[in-house]
Amino acid sequence: MLSIKNLHVSVGDKPILKGINLEIKPGEIHAIMGPNGSGKSTLSHILSGKSGYTVTEGSATYQGKDLLEMPPEIRAREGVFLAFQYPVEIPGVSNVYLLKAALNSIRKHQGQSEVDAMDFLTLVKGKVRLLEMDEKFLYRAVNEGFSGGEKKRNEILQMAILEPKLCILDETDSGLDIDALKIVSEGVNSLRSPDRSFVMVTHYQRLLDYIKPDFVHVLANGQIVKSGGAELALELEEKGYSWLEDAEASA
Amino acid sequence: MSASTQEINNLINQEYKQGFVTELETNTFLPGLDESVIHKLSKIKNEPEFMLEYRLKAFRHWQTMKSPEWAFVKFDPIDYQSISYYSAPKRKEDGPKSLDEIDPQILEAYKKLGIPLDEQERLAGVAVDAVFDSVSVATTFKGKLKDAGVIFCPISEALRDHPELIKEYLGSVVPITDNYFAALNAAVFTDGSFVYIPKGVRCPMELSTYFRINAANTGQFERTLIIADEGSHVSYLEGCTAPMRDENQLHAAVVELVAMKDAVIKYSTVQNWYPGDKNGLGGIYNFVTKRADCRGANSKVSWTQVETGSAITWKYPSCVLTGDNSVGEFYSVALTNNYQQADTGTKMIHIGKNTRSTIVSKGISAGKAQNTYRGLVKVLKSAENARNYTQCDSLLVGDQCGAHTFPYIEVKQPSAQVEHEATTSKISEDQLFFCQQRGLSAEDAVSMIVNGFCKEVFKELPMEFAVEAQALLGLSLEGSVG
Ligand SMILES: Nc1ncnc2c1ncn2[C@@H]1O[C@H](COP(=O)(O)OP(=O)(O)OP(=O)(O)O)[C@@H](O)[C@H]1O
Ligand SMILES: [Mg+2]
Repeated sequence: MLSIKNLHVSVGDKPILKGINLEIKPGEIHAIMGPNGSGKSTLSHILSGKSGYTVTEGSATYQGKDLLEMPPEIRAREGVFLAFQYPVEIPGVSNVYLLKAALNSIRKHQGQSEVDAMDFLTLVKGKVRLLEMDEKFLYRAVNEGFSGGEKKRNEILQMAILEPKLCILDETDSGLDIDALKIVSEGVNSLRSPDRSFVMVTHYQRLLDYIKPDFVHVLANGQIVKSGGAELALELEEKGYSWLEDAEASA
Repeated sequence: MSASTQEINNLINQEYKQGFVTELETNTFLPGLDESVIHKLSKIKNEPEFMLEYRLKAFRHWQTMKSPEWAFVKFDPIDYQSISYYSAPKRKEDGPKSLDEIDPQILEAYKKLGIPLDEQERLAGVAVDAVFDSVSVATTFKGKLKDAGVIFCPISEALRDHPELIKEYLGSVVPITDNYFAALNAAVFTDGSFVYIPKGVRCPMELSTYFRINAANTGQFERTLIIADEGSHVSYLEGCTAPMRDENQLHAAVVELVAMKDAVIKYSTVQNWYPGDKNGLGGIYNFVTKRADCRGANSKVSWTQVETGSAITWKYPSCVLTGDNSVGEFYSVALTNNYQQADTGTKMIHIGKNTRSTIVSKGISAGKAQNTYRGLVKVLKSAENARNYTQCDSLLVGDQCGAHTFPYIEVKQPSAQVEHEATTSKISEDQLFFCQQRGLSAEDAVSMIVNGFCKEVFKELPMEFAVEAQALLGLSLEGSVG
């Protein structure tokens, strides 16, 4: 699905990612953890095509294609989805309008016809129920005046409707209360399938109790310093990151 | 400059879709303006004597005036002697009696604009008056309107057929001395629409006028007069386009609305005059005076405008709230792109008791354009319990454009309540990226965000016009992201 090789990324002159290697196969869930400022959001952004970054070395191949060459909207239409750490507000544009425009542009790219208005509403209302949201959110302007947790849940609603292939979740759990975390996790779990992969950036083991990852990677100072199974997250919870950084420094 | 700022800048390079020129045989005056031109104009239009007097008086006054300089726009002085003040398609002696007699080239021109006059007459249920350069070429649905007692005709025809109404109302809202361009218009106006809705009549259909400047080196000076008598209702739509030409062309119109007791007038404009090319060459100078007098008690006038065209727009549709309990509304979207300049807004003059006004203005600037809101809310001593609510929002697309707000408030009556809210925002790169990450092209994203921004105004437009306005905004931003 996704193959990242020796990826180096800078902002201006400042190197941020310093040689990332990552293989993600269809159906897998990869958790990425690591200290603040280590480059996790940068990795999410570079995979989804945000401007302002320079790739100085390395490659990212998505379903056999050079991902870094594609404009962001093409990546989205090819099935790459980013649930933002900080979702933006778009005043005046209703959630339901954005969802319909997004879904149709993706369907069009994939050679399908525009979704029928009735079918669309049925689909959307189903997903709203899945995430235990109030239907009123559909008609409010995108994220405008939403609480932090509501914004995060709204991201997952979009993901559930657009049904992407590669889902990148940047700290979706931050800001969610305990009940919301459970509901959102169930939403994510319901999307698990053998041909859909997840990259989940998180600071907390708690999320991984609900969504069990196949792999856990630790990103520190722009590099993956340790990879392991789900148990690595428990170890991190106990010991923090310093032992890894120390190990890296002495290596 | 980051990639998406670049994209925004590219999106702004639009193409003007109505820029074609129609080749026609015309009767056109030589450029120049003096009293003899006004005599000639009045004669060719077969006007009553009082009109000639009116025009000459206006002309003499205009000569004593100076072009206004207070607006936030820049342009070279206009040479009024290089403009031709009359251009009309040649046609059979007495003008067309029906659409069959109209030059097929003109019909073709309107078809290209999406206004097929012949079909409009049969299908659309909107009565249309089409003004081509200096003359009105066709008014549809005359029969049905006549049955309702509604007069809807070219103003040149009203001068001949309804001189008593003209004498009473022409210049009663915008006097010839009002301002420089209004005085010029009074001297040389050639055509425009005239509407009279009799007492208690609800006009059975939307009335609509399409203006087109076709000929080169001509100015268009149209004059519109709408009178809604006691208890009547009318909704009027106005659309405008012009060919692409390298030189600037002047459009100096005057629109007067009179609402008597309990009458309601809704006036909607989609203005899409040629804005000039992306380097700022050519385009229409749109210097327009629009004013409504809510003369009777409980009357209501609502202006809704979507302004996307013109090189320079100078326009302040206003309401004089004379009658007690009368209501004035102004809903505006003004979009400027490339080198366009707009200085637009409204005036609400509260005179009667319990008068209410609402102003919602949405300014969008892209490219290197400047967009200014200028509004006056004036509450006279007599206007007990007057209320005004003003909301004035600006949206910037890209980082080389400007938005300015000049609200003037004068209150002489202590019981008045005047509220003003203003915001300025920018389409951020984060918003664009968010939309692109959901699969939208940058162009569609900008268009969606802009349409969202304008929503409160669009919902005031009649249905078909709202669709047209949204499409127009999309077009006007086309090319600004690439
Ligand atoms: N546009 C930028 N200009 C300068 N520095 C930047 C820019 N974007 C990111 N950085 C820097 O790159 C580093 C990595 O940032 P990033 O947001 O990827 O961290 P993160 O791992 O997501 O952190 P957090 O856990 O706090 O979300 C930080 O030091 C940040 O300050
Ligand atoms: Mg982050």
